[in-house]
Amino acid sequence: METLKVQNLNHHFGFTEILRDINFIVEKGQVLSVVGPSGGGKTTLMHLCANLLDVEEGSVENSFISSSFAFQEARLLPWKNVIDNISIGLIAKGWKKNLADQKSREIAIKFGLEEEDFDKFPKDLSGGMKQRVSFARALVVNPSLLFLDEPFSALDIGLKRELQTHLIEMVQEQGLTILFITHDLMEAIRLSDKILLLEADPGHVIKEFNYDLEQDKRDDKFVYQETAKILQDKTIISTFELELK
Amino acid sequence: MNFILKILKDFPAYLWSGWGSIASILLFIACWDVGNQVYGNLVLPSPLETFKTLSLMLQDDMVWEEINVTLYRAGMGFGISLVLGTALGLLAGFFATASMMSRPIVTILVGMPPIAWIVLAMIWFGMGNETVIFTVVVASFPIVFVGALQGTRTLEDDLKQMADSFKLPWHMKLIDVYFPHIFSYIFPAWVSGLGMAWKIVVMAELLATSNGIGASLAISRSQLDTPTALALVVIMIGSLMFIEYIILEPIKREVELWRH
Repeated sequence: METLKVQNLNHHFGFTEILRDINFIVEKGQVLSVVGPSGGGKTTLMHLCANLLDVEEGSVENSFISSSFAFQEARLLPWKNVIDNISIGLIAKGWKKNLADQKSREIAIKFGLEEEDFDKFPKDLSGGMKQRVSFARALVVNPSLLFLDEPFSALDIGLKRELQTHLIEMVQEQGLTILFITHDLMEAIRLSDKILLLEADPGHVIKEFNYDLEQDKRDDKFVYQETAKILQDKTIISTFELELK
Repeated sequence: MNFILKILKDFPAYLWSGWGSIASILLFIACWDVGNQVYGNLVLPSPLETFKTLSLMLQDDMVWEEINVTLYRAGMGFGISLVLGTALGLLAGFFATASMMSRPIVTILVGMPPIAWIVLAMIWFGMGNETVIFTVVVASFPIVFVGALQGTRTLEDDLKQMADSFKLPWHMKLIDVYFPHIFSYIFPAWVSGLGMAWKIVVMAELLATSNGIGASLAISRSQLDTPTALALVVIMIGSLMFIEYIILEPIKREVELWRH
């Protein structure tokens, strides 16, 4: 069984304590969201899990066969066209160029890019298109575990919904596992099996919410209701500082 | 290989886009002719006379020899700056301490007037090739060095992180992530370094040698032979324009397609 196991994780930048005693397990096929206010150490936690930062105290054990990362910004290589940007993960895994290109084209179409865009450089793409490319790049390698660092935050609601639908499909059909960071509770409720609430200074988990209904059965009504419910929660109110001052 | 083909394919279109520049050069020559009519032949020979002198000179093997000597010195000097500046600049860029320490040294190198270097070089190396080549190196090295240094220092962490997250092997990181970015800084630095080398070589020759274009310029000055002096200037500028607009600019356009 592939799992991501985080135990007693602490992290400091210099003398500033960023994370304190984080513990959780992500199992195959699960969607785990970490929500919390901005600047609460969510991204640091994600980078530690994805091995982009070195773990100092505690442990992160990742037994997933493969993983990929979609960042908050698209982070495309400005000197490569759309297809070459998407295929970079495949090429890194040793795929032949023409096979990698072909697979990249297929996934690009699936993510709503058009054939005439394939040769464009990132400077000629809109923000939404760049994010589509970034998603395609992360998913073309067929990862077992996907790290999402607020990739929807700059997108319009239509595109947000479209990309989320793709993800839900992959979770259910291929057992994709997702570790998802967001400050948007609705987004988290739509996608997650489990939500961890992270309080800032230093970042630590103070509450956990579970959602058992399958993601594709969650309609707008469910999401709104659950969001309304969670917004009444005292811990949520104090963590996000929601009370009127 | 494809890359070179693409440059050649786009070349006619690029040339065709040059009419505006040609018009402005012709306008400049017209102003020159006005200057000739106002100040007379001794001060400013007419363009026609200059170009006639030039074509006579170009039939003379002696003149070609002088040009070759200058080309050799500029080429050597620029070649050394290119290799040394690029290598050291990259190296300094990868280490924070080295880049910090090299800044004041670069300021000294850039701030020191080339003419002062020529004087020093004449004392150190005497009159000859070494003096000229040394001056060229000293003048164009800092430009290339700074280009390479900045290219390396400005690599974005975001993209490095992205490359790490996809577990790009080192050679892919080098070719696909670092190189294009660094090159977009180094290439313009090479071009300005070359321009600098070409200017400095003439100045150094004028003061420190008895052959080359610079020395010919000094001789024509002492003989008050203004048409020859101007013809030599035309050779200098013409060759620089050829290198810059016909060779380097098409390459730059192709390499930096993603930018513009």
